[in-house]
Amino acid sequence: MRRPTAALWAPRLGRLALGLAVLALLVAMWHLGVRGEWVLVFDIKMAFLPEPLDVAVLLWDFAFGGVNDDAFSRTLWEHLGASTLRVLAGFALAAVLAIPLGVLMGRFALVNAALDPAVNLFRPIPATAWVPLVLLIIGFGSQATVFLITLSAFFPILLNTLGATREVSPRLVEAARMLGTRPAGILLRVVVPAATPGIVSGLRIGLGLAWVILVLGESNGIDTGLGSMITLAREQVRTDRIVVGMIVIGVAGFCSDRLLVLGLRGLFGRRPLMRAA
Amino acid sequence: MSAAGVVDPARVVDESGRVVLEGVGKRYDTVRGPVDAVADVTLEIAPGEVAAVVGASGCGKSTVLRMLAGFERPTAGSLVVGGRPVRGPGPDRGVVFQDYGLFPWLTVAENVRWGPRRQRLPRGVVRRRTEAVIETVGLTRFADRFPGELSGGMQQRVALARVLANEPAVLLMDEPFGALDALTRTSMQHELRRIHREAGTTILLVTHSIEEAVYLADRVVVMAGGASVGVPGHVREVVAVDLAGERDVNAPDFNAVERRIAALVHAGTDGPGGGADAADRA
Ligand SMILES: Nc1ncnc2c1ncn2[C@@H]1O[C@H](COP(=O)(O)OP(=O)(O)OP(=O)(O)O)[C@@H](O)[C@H]1O
Ligand SMILES: [Mg+2]
Repeated sequence: MRRPTAALWAPRLGRLALGLAVLALLVAMWHLGVRGEWVLVFDIKMAFLPEPLDVAVLLWDFAFGGVNDDAFSRTLWEHLGASTLRVLAGFALAAVLAIPLGVLMGRFALVNAALDPAVNLFRPIPATAWVPLVLLIIGFGSQATVFLITLSAFFPILLNTLGATREVSPRLVEAARMLGTRPAGILLRVVVPAATPGIVSGLRIGLGLAWVILVLGESNGIDTGLGSMITLAREQVRTDRIVVGMIVIGVAGFCSDRLLVLGLRGLFGRRPLMRAA
Repeated sequence: MSAAGVVDPARVVDESGRVVLEGVGKRYDTVRGPVDAVADVTLEIAPGEVAAVVGASGCGKSTVLRMLAGFERPTAGSLVVGGRPVRGPGPDRGVVFQDYGLFPWLTVAENVRWGPRRQRLPRGVVRRRTEAVIETVGLTRFADRFPGELSGGMQQRVALARVLANEPAVLLMDEPFGALDALTRTSMQHELRRIHREAGTTILLVTHSIEEAVYLADRVVVMAGGASVGVPGHVREVVAVDLAGERDVNAPDFNAVERRIAALVHAGTDGPGGGADAADRA
Protein backbone atom coordinates (compact mmCIF):
# COMPACT_ATOMS: atom_id res chain seq x y z
CA MET A 1 0.00 0.00 0.00
CA ARG A 2 2.96 2.32 0.44
CA ARG A 3 3.97 4.39 -2.51
CA PRO A 4 7.40 3.71 -3.98
CA THR A 5 10.02 5.69 -2.08
CA ALA A 6 11.55 7.28 -5.17
CA ALA A 7 8.22 8.62 -6.39
CA LEU A 8 7.66 10.13 -2.96
CA TRP A 9 11.08 11.72 -2.54
CA ALA A 10 11.90 12.99 -6.02
CA PRO A 11 9.43 15.91 -6.02
CA ARG A 12 10.36 16.75 -2.43
CA LEU A 13 14.04 16.89 -3.26
CA GLY A 14 13.22 19.11 -6.22
CA ARG A 15 11.33 21.56 -4.01
CA LEU A 16 14.11 21.49 -1.42
CA ALA A 17 16.69 22.31 -4.11
CA LEU A 18 14.56 25.26 -5.21
CA GLY A 19 14.35 26.59 -1.66
CA LEU A 20 18.10 26.22 -1.16
CA ALA A 21 18.78 27.98 -4.47
CA VAL A 22 16.81 31.02 -3.27
CA LEU A 23 18.79 31.02 0.00
CA ALA A 24 22.06 30.83 -1.92
CA LEU A 25 20.93 33.75 -4.08
CA LEU A 26 20.19 35.83 -0.98
CA VAL A 27 23.65 35.10 0.46
CA ALA A 28 25.24 36.03 -2.87
CA MET A 29 23.35 39.35 -2.90
CA TRP A 30 24.44 39.94 0.68
CA HIS A 31 28.06 39.36 -0.30
CA LEU A 32 27.86 41.64 -3.36
CA GLY A 33 25.98 44.27 -1.40
CA VAL A 34 28.62 44.52 1.32
CA ARG A 35 31.44 44.57 -1.23
CA GLY A 36 29.69 47.17 -3.40
CA GLU A 37 28.59 49.24 -0.38
CA TRP A 38 24.99 49.26 -1.62
CA VAL A 39 22.47 51.59 -0.03
CA LEU A 40 19.01 50.05 -0.18
CA VAL A 41 15.50 51.21 0.66
CA PHE A 42 15.05 52.49 4.22
CA ASP A 43 18.60 53.80 3.85
CA ILE A 44 20.03 50.35 4.61
CA LYS A 45 23.80 50.79 4.39
CA MET A 46 25.10 47.38 3.39
CA ALA A 47 28.69 48.54 4.00
CA PHE A 48 28.06 48.35 7.75
CA LEU A 49 27.27 44.62 7.48
CA PRO A 50 29.89 41.89 7.94
CA GLU A 51 30.55 39.69 4.91
CA PRO A 52 28.83 36.30 4.78
CA LEU A 53 32.14 34.42 4.84
CA ASP A 54 33.34 36.28 7.97
CA VAL A 55 30.01 35.52 9.63
CA ALA A 56 30.35 31.84 8.71
CA VAL A 57 33.82 31.70 10.28
CA LEU A 58 32.62 33.50 13.41
CA LEU A 59 29.64 31.13 13.63
CA TRP A 60 32.06 28.18 13.49
CA ASP A 61 34.13 29.74 16.25
CA PHE A 62 30.99 30.44 18.29
CA ALA A 63 30.08 26.76 18.05
CA PHE A 64 33.39 24.88 17.99
CA GLY A 65 36.18 27.41 18.66
CA GLY A 66 39.60 27.10 17.09
CA VAL A 67 39.53 30.49 15.36
CA ASN A 68 39.66 33.35 17.85
CA ASP A 69 39.47 31.34 21.05
CA ASP A 70 38.23 34.30 23.08
CA ALA A 71 35.37 34.59 25.57
CA PHE A 72 32.90 34.25 22.69
CA SER A 73 34.28 31.00 21.29
CA ARG A 74 32.46 27.73 21.91
CA THR A 75 29.69 29.43 23.91
CA LEU A 76 26.89 28.75 21.42
CA TRP A 77 25.66 25.60 23.17
CA GLU A 78 25.40 27.26 26.55
CA HIS A 79 23.41 30.19 25.12
CA LEU A 80 21.28 27.96 22.92
CA GLY A 81 20.54 25.58 25.80
CA ALA A 82 19.48 28.37 28.14
CA SER A 83 17.30 29.99 25.48
CA THR A 84 15.72 26.70 24.43
CA LEU A 85 14.76 25.92 28.01
CA ARG A 86 13.09 29.32 28.38
CA VAL A 87 11.25 28.94 25.07
CA LEU A 88 10.06 25.45 25.98
CA ALA A 89 8.95 26.43 29.47
CA GLY A 90 7.05 29.49 28.24
CA PHE A 91 5.56 27.65 25.28
CA ALA A 92 4.47 24.60 27.31
CA LEU A 93 2.85 26.78 29.94
CA ALA A 94 1.02 28.78 27.27
CA ALA A 95 -0.23 25.58 25.58
CA VAL A 96 -1.39 24.01 28.84
CA LEU A 97 -3.38 27.13 29.69
CA ALA A 98 -4.64 28.15 26.26
CA ILE A 99 -5.85 24.83 24.83
CA PRO A 100 -8.35 23.91 27.57
CA LEU A 101 -9.49 27.52 27.85
CA GLY A 102 -9.99 27.77 24.09
CA VAL A 103 -12.01 24.54 23.98
CA LEU A 104 -14.23 25.66 26.86
CA MET A 105 -14.74 29.14 25.36
CA GLY A 106 -15.54 27.65 21.96
CA ARG A 107 -18.00 25.16 23.37
CA PHE A 108 -19.76 27.01 26.20
CA ALA A 109 -21.35 30.38 25.49
CA LEU A 110 -21.24 31.30 29.17
CA VAL A 111 -17.48 30.73 29.47
CA ASN A 112 -17.01 32.73 26.29
CA ALA A 113 -19.17 35.59 27.55
CA ALA A 114 -17.17 35.65 30.77
CA LEU A 115 -13.71 35.66 29.20
CA ASP A 116 -14.09 37.24 25.78
CA PRO A 117 -13.83 40.89 26.94
CA ALA A 118 -10.77 40.20 29.08
CA VAL A 119 -9.05 38.26 26.30
CA ASN A 120 -9.68 40.95 23.73
CA LEU A 121 -8.50 43.73 26.03
CA PHE A 122 -5.22 42.02 26.87
CA ARG A 123 -4.56 40.67 23.40
CA PRO A 124 -3.57 43.92 21.65
CA ILE A 125 -0.99 44.79 24.32
CA PRO A 126 2.35 43.87 22.75
CA ALA A 127 5.07 42.13 24.72
CA THR A 128 7.28 45.21 24.34
CA ALA A 129 4.73 47.20 26.32
CA TRP A 130 4.78 44.58 29.06
CA VAL A 131 8.56 44.72 29.50
CA PRO A 132 8.86 47.77 31.80
CA LEU A 133 6.07 46.52 34.06
CA VAL A 134 7.43 42.97 34.10
CA LEU A 135 10.88 44.20 35.12
CA LEU A 136 9.30 46.04 38.06
CA ILE A 137 6.92 43.36 39.27
CA ILE A 138 8.99 40.25 38.47
CA GLY A 139 12.48 41.69 38.24
CA PHE A 140 15.42 40.91 35.99
CA GLY A 141 15.99 37.29 35.09
CA SER A 142 14.81 34.09 33.57
CA GLN A 143 11.34 34.22 35.09
CA ALA A 144 10.55 37.51 33.40
CA THR A 145 11.59 36.07 30.04
CA VAL A 146 9.50 32.93 30.50
CA PHE A 147 6.55 35.09 31.53
CA LEU A 148 6.84 37.23 28.39
CA ILE A 149 7.08 34.12 26.20
CA THR A 150 4.04 32.53 27.86
CA LEU A 151 2.09 35.73 27.43
CA SER A 152 2.96 36.03 23.74
CA ALA A 153 2.40 32.39 22.82
CA PHE A 154 -0.85 32.22 24.80
CA PHE A 155 -3.06 34.31 22.51
CA PRO A 156 -2.40 32.66 19.14
CA ILE A 157 -2.89 29.23 20.71
CA LEU A 158 -6.07 30.35 22.45
CA LEU A 159 -7.60 32.01 19.39
CA ASN A 160 -6.78 29.13 17.05
CA THR A 161 -8.18 26.60 19.52
CA LEU A 162 -11.28 28.72 20.02
CA GLY A 163 -11.87 29.09 16.27
CA ALA A 164 -11.27 25.43 15.54
CA THR A 165 -13.58 24.38 18.37
CA ARG A 166 -16.37 26.61 17.05
CA GLU A 167 -15.99 25.16 13.59
CA VAL A 168 -16.37 21.53 14.67
CA SER A 169 -19.13 20.13 12.46
CA PRO A 170 -22.41 19.90 14.41
CA ARG A 171 -22.97 16.68 12.48
CA LEU A 172 -20.12 14.96 14.35
CA VAL A 173 -21.61 16.05 17.66
CA GLU A 174 -25.03 14.74 16.59
CA ALA A 175 -23.46 11.45 15.48
CA ALA A 176 -21.76 11.04 18.84
CA ARG A 177 -24.92 11.91 20.75
CA MET A 178 -27.11 9.42 18.89
CA LEU A 179 -24.51 6.73 19.54
CA GLY A 180 -24.92 7.31 23.26
CA THR A 181 -21.92 9.53 24.06
CA ARG A 182 -22.08 11.54 27.29
CA PRO A 183 -21.28 15.29 27.33
CA ALA A 184 -17.76 14.80 28.68
CA GLY A 185 -17.12 12.26 25.93
CA ILE A 186 -18.40 14.72 23.32
CA LEU A 187 -15.89 17.29 24.54
CA LEU A 188 -12.86 15.01 24.86
CA ARG A 189 -13.49 12.44 22.14
CA VAL A 190 -15.19 14.55 19.47
CA VAL A 191 -14.55 18.27 19.90
CA VAL A 192 -10.85 18.03 20.81
CA PRO A 193 -9.84 15.63 17.99
CA ALA A 194 -12.00 17.49 15.46
CA ALA A 195 -10.35 20.78 16.49
CA THR A 196 -6.84 19.33 16.53
CA PRO A 197 -5.74 20.61 13.09
CA GLY A 198 -6.56 24.16 14.22
CA ILE A 199 -4.96 23.65 17.63
CA VAL A 200 -1.77 22.47 15.93
CA SER A 201 -1.73 25.61 13.75
CA GLY A 202 -2.02 27.69 16.92
CA LEU A 203 0.82 25.77 18.58
CA ARG A 204 3.09 26.38 15.60
CA ILE A 205 2.37 30.10 15.56
CA GLY A 206 2.85 30.24 19.34
CA LEU A 207 6.18 28.44 19.21
CA GLY A 208 7.40 30.76 16.46
CA LEU A 209 6.41 33.79 18.53
CA ALA A 210 8.19 32.34 21.56
CA TRP A 211 11.52 32.66 19.71
CA VAL A 212 10.60 36.19 18.58
CA ILE A 213 9.92 37.32 22.13
CA LEU A 214 13.01 35.53 23.47
CA VAL A 215 15.41 38.30 22.43
CA LEU A 216 13.18 40.93 24.01
CA GLY A 217 13.00 38.99 27.26
CA GLU A 218 16.68 38.18 27.42
CA SER A 219 17.86 41.73 26.73
CA ASN A 220 17.64 42.66 30.40
CA GLY A 221 19.82 41.33 33.19
CA ILE A 222 20.55 37.86 31.85
CA ASP A 223 24.07 36.64 30.96
CA THR A 224 23.30 33.42 29.12
CA GLY A 225 20.94 33.09 26.23
CA LEU A 226 20.99 34.05 22.58
CA GLY A 227 19.11 37.28 23.31
CA SER A 228 21.57 38.37 25.97
CA MET A 229 24.45 37.49 23.65
CA ILE A 230 22.94 39.74 20.94
CA THR A 231 22.32 42.51 23.48
CA LEU A 232 25.95 42.37 24.58
CA ALA A 233 27.14 42.40 20.96
CA ARG A 234 25.12 45.54 20.33
CA GLU A 235 26.75 47.27 23.27
CA GLN A 236 30.12 46.26 21.81
CA VAL A 237 29.02 47.37 18.32
CA ARG A 238 29.85 43.90 16.93
CA THR A 239 27.52 43.55 13.94
CA ASP A 240 29.15 40.23 13.07
CA ARG A 241 28.22 38.73 16.44
CA ILE A 242 24.70 40.19 16.14
CA VAL A 243 24.27 38.52 12.76
CA VAL A 244 25.63 35.22 14.12
CA GLY A 245 23.08 35.40 16.96
CA MET A 246 20.30 36.14 14.53
CA ILE A 247 21.22 33.17 12.37
CA VAL A 248 21.29 30.84 15.35
CA ILE A 249 17.85 32.04 16.50
CA GLY A 250 16.48 31.64 12.98
CA VAL A 251 17.79 28.11 12.68
CA ALA A 252 16.63 27.21 16.19
CA GLY A 253 13.13 28.53 15.49
CA PHE A 254 12.99 26.66 12.21
CA CYS A 255 14.20 23.43 13.79
CA SER A 256 11.82 23.67 16.73
CA ASP A 257 8.88 24.04 14.33
CA ARG A 258 10.07 21.00 12.36
CA LEU A 259 10.51 19.00 15.55
CA LEU A 260 7.05 19.97 16.76
CA VAL A 261 5.50 18.89 13.46
CA LEU A 262 7.50 15.66 13.33
CA GLY A 263 6.70 14.88 16.97
CA LEU A 264 2.98 15.39 16.44
CA ARG A 265 3.12 13.37 13.26
CA GLY A 266 4.74 10.55 15.20
CA LEU A 267 2.03 10.85 17.84
CA PHE A 268 -0.86 10.90 15.36
CA GLY A 269 0.53 8.31 12.94
CA ARG A 270 -1.67 8.06 9.86
CA ARG A 271 -4.65 9.69 11.56
CA PRO A 272 -5.76 12.79 9.68
CA LEU A 273 -5.41 15.16 12.64
CA MET A 274 -3.12 17.72 11.06
CA ARG A 275 -3.17 19.97 8.03
CA ALA A 276 -0.46 19.20 5.52
CA ALA A 277 2.63 20.94 6.85
CA MET B 1 -19.88 -15.47 12.78
CA SER B 2 -23.02 -14.85 10.76
CA ALA B 3 -24.70 -11.48 10.82
CA ALA B 4 -27.99 -13.01 11.85
CA GLY B 5 -26.43 -14.10 15.11
CA VAL B 6 -25.65 -10.51 16.06
CA VAL B 7 -29.22 -9.51 16.68
CA ASP B 8 -31.61 -11.06 19.09
CA PRO B 9 -34.48 -12.46 16.96
CA ALA B 10 -36.89 -11.66 19.77
CA ARG B 11 -36.38 -7.97 19.05
CA VAL B 12 -38.46 -8.29 15.88
CA VAL B 13 -41.61 -8.86 17.85
CA ASP B 14 -40.83 -6.81 20.95
CA GLU B 15 -42.29 -3.39 21.39
CA SER B 16 -39.04 -1.44 21.63
CA GLY B 17 -39.31 -0.71 17.92
CA ARG B 18 -42.74 0.86 18.01
CA VAL B 19 -42.82 4.52 16.98
CA VAL B 20 -45.83 6.64 17.86
CA LEU B 21 -46.25 10.28 16.88
CA GLU B 22 -49.31 12.13 18.08
CA GLY B 23 -50.19 15.62 16.94
CA VAL B 24 -46.54 16.49 16.55
CA GLY B 25 -45.74 20.06 15.55
CA LYS B 26 -42.55 22.06 15.23
CA ARG B 27 -42.38 25.82 15.20
CA TYR B 28 -39.00 27.44 14.60
CA ASP B 29 -38.44 30.92 15.94
CA THR B 30 -36.53 32.80 13.30
CA VAL B 31 -35.50 36.43 12.89
CA ARG B 32 -38.50 36.89 10.59
CA GLY B 33 -40.88 35.50 13.16
CA PRO B 34 -42.12 32.01 13.92
CA VAL B 35 -42.13 29.38 11.15
CA ASP B 36 -44.39 26.36 11.41
CA ALA B 37 -42.28 23.63 9.82
CA VAL B 38 -44.69 20.81 10.58
CA ALA B 39 -48.05 20.60 12.31
CA ASP B 40 -50.28 17.84 13.60
CA VAL B 41 -48.29 14.83 12.44
CA THR B 42 -49.89 11.66 13.74
CA LEU B 43 -48.33 8.38 12.72
CA GLU B 44 -47.66 4.94 14.11
CA ILE B 45 -44.95 2.61 12.89
CA ALA B 46 -45.11 -0.98 14.03
CA PRO B 47 -42.03 -2.80 15.34
CA GLY B 48 -40.00 -4.15 12.45
CA GLU B 49 -41.87 -2.09 9.87
CA VAL B 50 -40.13 -0.09 7.17
CA ALA B 51 -41.77 3.29 6.61
CA ALA B 52 -40.59 5.65 3.91
CA VAL B 53 -41.30 9.37 3.99
CA VAL B 54 -41.55 11.25 0.70
CA GLY B 55 -42.66 14.75 -0.19
CA ALA B 56 -41.56 17.97 -1.80
CA SER B 57 -38.50 19.77 -0.51
CA GLY B 58 -39.23 21.76 2.63
CA CYS B 59 -42.31 19.80 3.70
CA GLY B 60 -40.71 18.86 6.99
CA LYS B 61 -39.39 15.33 6.45
CA SER B 62 -36.05 16.01 8.09
CA THR B 63 -37.72 17.95 10.88
CA VAL B 64 -39.86 14.93 11.81
CA LEU B 65 -36.86 12.60 11.66
CA ARG B 66 -34.71 14.94 13.75
CA MET B 67 -37.40 15.17 16.40
CA LEU B 68 -37.53 11.37 16.56
CA ALA B 69 -33.75 11.29 16.81
CA GLY B 70 -33.99 13.70 19.74
CA PHE B 71 -31.96 16.45 18.07
CA GLU B 72 -34.94 18.81 18.04
CA ARG B 73 -37.78 19.18 20.53
CA PRO B 74 -41.35 19.22 19.28
CA THR B 75 -43.33 22.35 20.07
CA ALA B 76 -46.58 20.36 20.08
CA GLY B 77 -47.67 16.77 20.48
CA SER B 78 -45.70 13.76 21.62
CA LEU B 79 -43.18 11.30 20.21
CA VAL B 80 -42.91 7.90 21.81
CA VAL B 81 -40.42 5.19 20.84
CA GLY B 82 -40.61 1.78 22.44
CA GLY B 83 -43.09 3.08 25.00
CA ARG B 84 -40.77 5.87 26.17
CA PRO B 85 -41.21 9.53 25.28
CA VAL B 86 -38.29 10.86 23.25
CA ARG B 87 -36.24 13.23 25.45
CA GLY B 88 -32.98 13.40 23.56
CA PRO B 89 -30.75 11.34 21.32
CA GLY B 90 -30.05 7.78 22.40
CA PRO B 91 -28.50 4.57 21.15
CA ASP B 92 -31.94 2.93 20.80
CA ARG B 93 -32.43 5.18 17.74
CA GLY B 94 -29.59 4.93 15.25
CA VAL B 95 -29.35 7.80 12.77
CA VAL B 96 -27.83 7.49 9.30
CA PHE B 97 -27.09 10.90 7.78
CA GLN B 98 -26.86 11.76 4.11
CA ASP B 99 -23.31 13.06 4.71
CA TYR B 100 -22.31 10.00 6.81
CA GLY B 101 -21.01 11.95 9.84
CA LEU B 102 -18.13 9.53 10.40
CA PHE B 103 -15.25 10.46 12.69
CA PRO B 104 -12.46 11.03 10.16
CA TRP B 105 -9.62 10.48 12.66
CA LEU B 106 -10.84 6.96 13.53
CA THR B 107 -10.56 3.81 11.45
CA VAL B 108 -13.59 1.94 10.19
CA ALA B 109 -13.38 -0.49 13.11
CA GLU B 110 -12.93 2.32 15.63
CA ASN B 111 -15.93 4.18 14.21
CA VAL B 112 -18.03 1.03 14.41
CA ARG B 113 -17.12 0.16 17.99
CA TRP B 114 -17.73 3.71 19.20
CA GLY B 115 -21.32 2.92 20.27
CA PRO B 116 -20.69 -0.38 22.09
CA ARG B 117 -17.68 1.23 23.81
CA ARG B 118 -19.77 4.14 25.05
CA GLN B 119 -22.30 1.67 26.48
CA ARG B 120 -19.36 0.16 28.39
CA LEU B 121 -20.08 -3.32 27.05
CA PRO B 122 -17.54 -6.04 27.87
CA ARG B 123 -14.50 -6.05 25.57
CA GLY B 124 -15.35 -9.41 24.03
CA VAL B 125 -18.87 -8.30 23.15
CA VAL B 126 -17.56 -5.09 21.63
CA ARG B 127 -15.08 -6.98 19.48
CA ARG B 128 -17.57 -9.61 18.32
CA ARG B 129 -20.23 -7.08 17.45
CA THR B 130 -17.76 -4.87 15.64
CA GLU B 131 -16.44 -7.73 13.56
CA ALA B 132 -19.91 -9.05 12.83
CA VAL B 133 -21.47 -5.79 11.65
CA ILE B 134 -18.40 -4.89 9.59
CA GLU B 135 -18.81 -8.26 7.91
CA THR B 136 -22.52 -7.62 7.44
CA VAL B 137 -21.75 -4.52 5.38
CA GLY B 138 -18.90 -6.29 3.59
CA LEU B 139 -16.03 -4.10 4.81
CA THR B 140 -13.89 -6.63 6.67
CA ARG B 141 -10.94 -5.94 4.38
CA PHE B 142 -11.21 -2.22 5.07
CA ALA B 143 -11.54 -2.34 8.87
CA ASP B 144 -8.25 -0.50 9.41
CA ARG B 145 -8.79 2.20 6.79
CA PHE B 146 -9.78 5.76 7.56
CA PRO B 147 -13.10 7.10 6.22
CA GLY B 148 -11.28 9.58 3.96
CA GLU B 149 -9.72 6.64 2.13
CA LEU B 150 -13.11 5.12 1.21
CA SER B 151 -15.70 5.82 -1.50
CA GLY B 152 -19.01 7.43 -0.59
CA GLY B 153 -20.84 4.11 -0.77
CA MET B 154 -18.32 2.45 1.52
CA GLN B 155 -18.50 5.36 3.97
CA GLN B 156 -22.26 5.02 4.11
CA ARG B 157 -21.83 1.30 4.84
CA VAL B 158 -19.59 2.24 7.73
CA ALA B 159 -22.20 4.70 8.98
CA LEU B 160 -24.80 1.93 8.80
CA ALA B 161 -22.52 -0.57 10.54
CA ARG B 162 -21.77 2.01 13.23
CA VAL B 163 -25.44 2.29 14.23
CA LEU B 164 -26.11 -1.44 13.81
CA ALA B 165 -23.36 -2.12 16.34
CA ASN B 166 -25.59 -0.47 18.94
CA GLU B 167 -28.42 -2.88 18.04
CA PRO B 168 -30.91 -0.02 17.84
CA ALA B 169 -34.65 -0.63 17.98
CA VAL B 170 -35.21 2.00 15.29
CA LEU B 171 -33.12 3.13 12.32
CA LEU B 172 -33.67 6.73 11.26
CA MET B 173 -32.27 7.44 7.80
CA ASP B 174 -32.38 10.88 6.16
CA GLU B 175 -31.73 10.49 2.43
CA PRO B 176 -28.98 8.00 3.25
CA PHE B 177 -28.27 7.17 -0.39
CA GLY B 178 -28.90 10.66 -1.79
CA ALA B 179 -25.22 11.41 -2.34
CA LEU B 180 -24.43 8.10 -4.05
CA ASP B 181 -24.31 7.27 -7.74
CA ALA B 182 -27.16 5.23 -9.20
CA LEU B 183 -25.32 1.88 -9.21
CA THR B 184 -24.05 2.19 -5.64
CA ARG B 185 -27.46 3.39 -4.59
CA THR B 186 -29.16 0.29 -5.98
CA SER B 187 -26.71 -2.06 -4.32
CA MET B 188 -27.12 -0.21 -0.99
CA GLN B 189 -30.90 -0.59 -1.29
CA HIS B 190 -30.52 -4.35 -1.75
CA GLU B 191 -28.17 -4.46 1.17
CA LEU B 192 -30.52 -2.51 3.42
CA ARG B 193 -33.34 -4.92 2.56
CA ARG B 194 -31.13 -7.87 3.44
CA ILE B 195 -29.96 -6.29 6.69
CA HIS B 196 -33.54 -5.49 7.63
CA ARG B 197 -34.58 -9.08 7.02
CA GLU B 198 -31.81 -10.23 9.33
CA ALA B 199 -32.07 -7.61 12.07
CA GLY B 200 -35.77 -6.78 11.91
CA THR B 201 -35.21 -3.22 13.05
CA THR B 202 -37.92 -0.63 12.57
CA ILE B 203 -36.80 1.74 9.81
CA LEU B 204 -37.91 5.27 9.05
CA LEU B 205 -36.40 6.27 5.74
CA VAL B 206 -36.64 9.77 4.31
CA THR B 207 -36.03 9.77 0.57
CA HIS B 208 -36.53 11.82 -2.56
CA SER B 209 -36.79 8.70 -4.68
CA ILE B 210 -40.29 7.28 -4.93
CA GLU B 211 -38.85 4.11 -6.48
CA GLU B 212 -36.60 3.67 -3.46
CA ALA B 213 -39.55 4.22 -1.14
CA VAL B 214 -41.72 1.64 -2.90
CA TYR B 215 -38.85 -0.84 -3.16
CA LEU B 216 -37.97 -0.71 0.52
CA ALA B 217 -41.05 0.27 2.48
CA ASP B 218 -44.07 -1.50 3.87
CA ARG B 219 -45.80 1.88 3.93
CA VAL B 220 -45.00 5.18 2.28
CA VAL B 221 -45.84 8.36 4.16
CA VAL B 222 -46.53 11.18 1.72
CA MET B 223 -45.97 14.60 3.26
CA ALA B 224 -47.09 17.92 1.84
CA GLY B 225 -47.07 21.63 2.66
CA GLY B 226 -44.07 23.35 4.14
CA ALA B 227 -43.17 26.80 5.37
CA SER B 228 -42.46 28.02 1.83
CA VAL B 229 -46.01 27.30 0.62
CA GLY B 230 -47.56 28.89 3.66
CA VAL B 231 -49.04 25.69 5.08
CA PRO B 232 -47.19 23.75 7.77
CA GLY B 233 -45.80 20.41 6.64
CA HIS B 234 -48.20 17.57 7.32
CA VAL B 235 -48.98 13.98 6.38
CA ARG B 236 -51.10 13.96 3.23
CA GLU B 237 -51.58 10.23 2.98
CA VAL B 238 -50.06 6.94 4.04
CA VAL B 239 -49.90 4.41 1.22
CA ALA B 240 -49.51 0.72 2.04
CA VAL B 241 -47.24 -1.08 -0.40
CA ASP B 242 -48.93 -4.44 -0.91
CA LEU B 243 -46.48 -6.15 -3.19
CA ALA B 244 -45.94 -9.84 -2.59
CA GLY B 245 -42.57 -11.54 -2.85
CA GLU B 246 -39.33 -10.02 -4.16
CA ARG B 247 -40.01 -6.52 -5.44
CA ASP B 248 -39.23 -5.80 -9.06
CA VAL B 249 -38.89 -2.13 -9.97
CA ASN B 250 -39.99 -2.94 -13.52
CA ALA B 251 -43.11 -4.91 -12.65
CA PRO B 252 -46.45 -3.31 -13.61
CA ASP B 253 -47.90 -3.50 -10.10
CA PHE B 254 -44.73 -1.87 -8.70
CA ASN B 255 -45.05 0.96 -11.23
CA ALA B 256 -48.71 1.39 -10.40
CA VAL B 257 -47.88 2.05 -6.75
CA GLU B 258 -45.10 4.41 -7.83
CA ARG B 259 -47.49 6.38 -10.04
CA ARG B 260 -50.06 6.64 -7.30
CA ILE B 261 -47.49 8.04 -4.86
CA ALA B 262 -46.03 10.39 -7.47
CA ALA B 263 -49.53 11.78 -8.08
CA LEU B 264 -49.94 12.35 -4.34
CA VAL B 265 -46.53 14.04 -4.04
CA HIS B 266 -47.12 16.33 -7.01
CA ALA B 267 -50.72 17.21 -6.27
CA GLY B 268 -49.74 20.77 -5.36
CA THR B 269 -50.56 22.21 -1.98
CA ASP B 270 -53.49 20.86 -0.14
CA GLY B 271 -53.81 22.51 3.19
CA PRO B 272 -55.43 20.61 6.01
CA GLY B 273 -58.69 21.79 4.39
CA GLY B 274 -58.40 19.51 1.37
CA GLY B 275 -57.21 19.33 -2.20
CA ALA B 276 -59.41 22.02 -3.75
CA ASP B 277 -56.60 24.51 -4.29
CA ALA B 278 -54.49 21.84 -5.93
CA ALA B 279 -56.65 22.12 -9.04
CA ASP B 280 -56.28 25.92 -9.09
CA ARG B 281 -52.51 25.70 -9.12
CA ALA B 282 -52.26 22.99 -11.74
N1 LIG C 1 -33.34 25.30 12.15
C1 LIG C 1 -34.35 25.83 11.42
N2 LIG C 1 -34.73 27.11 11.62
C2 LIG C 1 -35.74 27.64 10.90
N3 LIG C 1 -36.46 26.97 9.98
C3 LIG C 1 -36.12 25.69 9.74
C4 LIG C 1 -35.06 25.05 10.45
N4 LIG C 1 -34.95 23.79 10.01
C5 LIG C 1 -35.90 23.65 9.07
N5 LIG C 1 -36.61 24.78 8.91
C6 LIG C 1 -37.74 24.99 7.98
O1 LIG C 1 -38.68 23.97 8.19
C7 LIG C 1 -39.21 23.51 6.96
C8 LIG C 1 -39.01 22.02 6.84
O2 LIG C 1 -37.62 21.74 6.69
P1 LIG C 1 -37.07 20.27 6.52
O3 LIG C 1 -35.61 20.36 6.47
O4 LIG C 1 -37.67 19.40 7.55
O5 LIG C 1 -37.66 19.90 5.09
P2 LIG C 1 -37.39 18.57 4.24
O6 LIG C 1 -38.71 18.02 3.91
O7 LIG C 1 -36.42 17.68 4.92
O8 LIG C 1 -36.74 19.18 2.92
P3 LIG C 1 -35.65 18.55 1.95
O9 LIG C 1 -36.38 17.55 1.11
O10 LIG C 1 -35.19 19.71 1.13
O11 LIG C 1 -34.58 17.96 2.78
C9 LIG C 1 -38.51 24.30 5.88
O12 LIG C 1 -39.36 25.35 5.46
C10 LIG C 1 -37.30 24.86 6.55
O13 LIG C 1 -36.97 26.10 6.00
MG1 LIG D 1 -34.40 17.06 4.50
